[in-house]
Amino acid sequence: MSERMVELEVLRYNPETDQEPRFQRYSVPCREEWVVLDALNHVKENLDATLSYRWSCHMAVCGSCGMMIDREPKLACKTFLRDYQGVIRVEPLRHFPIERDLVTVIDDFMAKLSRVKPYLIPKDEKALEAGEYRQTPAQLKRFKQYSMCMNCMLCYAACPEYGLLPEYIGPAAIALAHRWNQDSRDAGRDERQEALAAKEGAWECSFVGACSEVCPEHVDPAGAIQQVKIRSTVDWYLEHLMPWLKK
Amino acid sequence: MSRKPYAREISSEWIFRHPRYLRYMVREFSCLFIGGYALLMVVGLMRLSQGPAAWEGFLQALQAPASIAFHLVALAFSIYHSVTWFNLTPKAIPLPFISAAHYAGWAALSIALLWMAGVS
Repeated sequence: MSERMVELEVLRYNPETDQEPRFQRYSVPCREEWVVLDALNHVKENLDATLSYRWSCHMAVCGSCGMMIDREPKLACKTFLRDYQGVIRVEPLRHFPIERDLVTVIDDFMAKLSRVKPYLIPKDEKALEAGEYRQTPAQLKRFKQYSMCMNCMLCYAACPEYGLLPEYIGPAAIALAHRWNQDSRDAGRDERQEALAAKEGAWECSFVGACSEVCPEHVDPAGAIQQVKIRSTVDWYLEHLMPWLKK
Repeated sequence: MSRKPYAREISSEWIFRHPRYLRYMVREFSCLFIGGYALLMVVGLMRLSQGPAAWEGFLQALQAPASIAFHLVALAFSIYHSVTWFNLTPKAIPLPFISAAHYAGWAALSIALLWMAGVS
């Protein structure tokens, strides 16, 4: 089992004693198959028990361990140390306030997520005895990729619009709203539209496309946002040019 | 334990954090040249409306080295602008061959314009 020393430069912030964050270096003996999260766990267990960070599944499912690794938003459990040379810089996700060390305050995202109602709003609630809501494979395909989103918030850390205009509802929230809008069982688009079609909704996006590039689950939030823009534009034209079509 | 979340400042450093941001900024910047060229067309129309002498003067001005340099730069930026946007169309309109259809439309319009301009 080959081992090599890896230098980690981790952003530390203790709200009780620090005025501002500072970097701290750790030398970690790492194995070939280790990811950044393994190195952080080694630091926590052997070198410095005060280091704080979020993680849970260690298999790119829970979305907890998102952080900036060499200035790119990544999941620490999916980022292999062997892909890096020299000192690896580890920072909390960009654009979110730092709670402590690598732990960020995610209240803003949680509030935005609930605003887009990311759950099934059926036209008519079916009784349990009436059985399941059925779907064809083609209907499933229309939204499946968006349902892979695990709320890791890497897209928010990659999005300069969100960094510059924090009111922007952001990529994952729009992608998840679009996921339900695309679902044949759902009839809640009108209820989501207020948050989506607002200025701080899809229209704040200037299509940098970074959200889709950094997504560890290959969801395409940038695509979802543009499709929301097109649907909203069609809505506007129908409402203003053909108001008689409205029920 | 007290909470004291630290908000980091957002500086313009993000533009250089990854090449994708620089590419995006170049695409945004390219609109200045497209807007500038559109403005030049409007000035040309205005000179045309002012009579043959004004029009001739406008054509003369277009041949100045600075004007040729501007045209070359504007052409490079507008090609970059068009190509980057055309390549993004499948995200907005997920239909097969949507990107290719845009390129075909671009080529057809360009050929039609050259034909109208008398280039054989």
